[in-house]
Amino acid sequence: MGDTAAAAPAEQRRRAGRGKGRRTFWRYRWLYLFMIPGVLYYLIYHYIPMFGLVVAFQDYNLLKGITGSPWVGLDNFRTVFSSPDFPVLMKNTILLSVYRIVFNMLPDLILALMLNEIRVRWFKKWVQTLTYGPHFLSWIIVYGLVFAFFAPGSGLVTTFMRDMGWTPIDVLTNSSVFRPMLILTDIWKSTGYGAIIYLAALANINQELYEAAAIDGAGRWRQLWNITLPGIREVFVLLLILRLGHILDAGFEQVYIFLNVRVYDVGDILDTWIFRRGIEQMQFSVPAAVGVFKSLIGLVLVLGANKIAKKMGGSGIW
Amino acid sequence: MPVLFKRSWSDRIVDGGIYTILALFGLLTLFPLYYVVIVSFTPYTEVLRNGGFLLIPHTLTLDAFKVIFTSGVVPRALGVTLLVTVLGTALNLAVTTLLAYPLSKKFLPGRNAVLMGIVFTMLFSGGLIPTFLTVKMTGLMNTIWALIIPGLVSTFNMLIMKTYFESLPQEVEEAAKVDGCGDVATLVKIVLPLSMPIMATLGLFYGVTHWNAYFPGIMYLNDRSLYPLQVVLRNMIITPSVSQELAVPQTQLSALPPESIKMATVVVAIVPVMLVYPFLQKYFIKGMLIGAVKG
Repeated sequence: MGDTAAAAPAEQRRRAGRGKGRRTFWRYRWLYLFMIPGVLYYLIYHYIPMFGLVVAFQDYNLLKGITGSPWVGLDNFRTVFSSPDFPVLMKNTILLSVYRIVFNMLPDLILALMLNEIRVRWFKKWVQTLTYGPHFLSWIIVYGLVFAFFAPGSGLVTTFMRDMGWTPIDVLTNSSVFRPMLILTDIWKSTGYGAIIYLAALANINQELYEAAAIDGAGRWRQLWNITLPGIREVFVLLLILRLGHILDAGFEQVYIFLNVRVYDVGDILDTWIFRRGIEQMQFSVPAAVGVFKSLIGLVLVLGANKIAKKMGGSGIW
Repeated sequence: MPVLFKRSWSDRIVDGGIYTILALFGLLTLFPLYYVVIVSFTPYTEVLRNGGFLLIPHTLTLDAFKVIFTSGVVPRALGVTLLVTVLGTALNLAVTTLLAYPLSKKFLPGRNAVLMGIVFTMLFSGGLIPTFLTVKMTGLMNTIWALIIPGLVSTFNMLIMKTYFESLPQEVEEAAKVDGCGDVATLVKIVLPLSMPIMATLGLFYGVTHWNAYFPGIMYLNDRSLYPLQVVLRNMIITPSVSQELAVPQTQLSALPPESIKMATVVVAIVPVMLVYPFLQKYFIKGMLIGAVKG
């Protein structure tokens, strides 16, 4: 008697709990229905490929598929790491990424700092509108512009150099200028847009700080060092973390489009190599092994950088 | 920095320097675009006479544009790109909105799990090869859908939209609910009209992505008649023989050097984007900021 009396309310509560869950689900059914297409998209085109990474451990054959292809353990990874190409690819990738971090983040920041000094509204607006523009153009178009300036025989710069009696260099097929070319076109394309985020951070700095500093006799440079730069440090660190996490990406879109056989020694990066081997030559397993390597390093870097940022007193990404 | 006191001479020199550098950077950004537009509209003999360099052309011609628009290849690519841009952007916005709206409701059970699952895809991905194999497996190869479905939602854009929805006043939605609006009616009649700035911003982001898309074209399409504009443009720039790429007889091009035609095609790809983005500028700056604040 006592037993059943004790058991009954528990049973009731459990049932009520289940009923409540069902009722909540029913109440929000439309919200759940809304999410279905998006969730399906993520499952199919993001999560299935994650499981598709198993082809890196197989001798994948397109006809046999993932279920039919033989497993080879770490053979593909051994092939990759012992290949003489690999150190070159790593070097090109990291070098290009580091160049990009330095020569993108600094121009973005400097442009924002300079725009922040401007008080003539229309001038500021014009400079911003002009410099945002290239962000919205494709790398193919930028390649077309480079072509218009440097094409052998007809480009603006090429013709100018020839008229001056100098030997024109073909920047697209010359190893010594290929990397600077990538970086300079990247500055041209992305600096204006990249400055937006710093401008926002600058606008958020408490203006009273400047007034107080000015009353204390701080000049412009002092204000820059002691108020402005500390005020945007957080944003800078945040962007740095994000970029460090993508250090093995090195700007695939741009590099693939600018790349040609003559500059493989300095321009071929992990992604372009994966693309050539995988999509163009239809070998899937070894490139997928490089992909696994890339994804894992990226994950470790983002998590690690985030942890360091938090330790340094910043807020990190999450 | 605010002006509090009269500027000293050294301040004025610094200011002068800043204005000059900014003006130069602005012009440097503009010049390459101006140059290709000028080259594409100027008879090539005049370009050559000026050593490739001319700021204001004396005569204008539409010959290069006539050739590319009568060729068949560029108009078809333009058609594919327009279709993919319009249809793709509409689908992008629809699916992103439908996903971001429920995820903006903190009370929704299961919300955090879905959100974490989505954010994780920003940290770890299968990469190029498994994605390619998935697209192949789902039967999108050699269809227009290969240019649309694999990029249906951009996680970054979705998070921006979710943050925007969270910033909307909840009272309005609650009032609508009290008046008998269901979730569908609330979203369509209340939330969407309040969200036009974010729709414009993300519409621009998605639209530009479709307009500029190159990789889906070369990865998933073999059928040349489905090639989007950027793929055709790239093939045209790198080829010495424009006539073959345009599929028109050489004789039709005899008067025109390949450079004019190449630059005219570049201009066709540039102009629509350049016409649209300044009008959406005030929106996308706000959109960027919302995204940046919450990350």
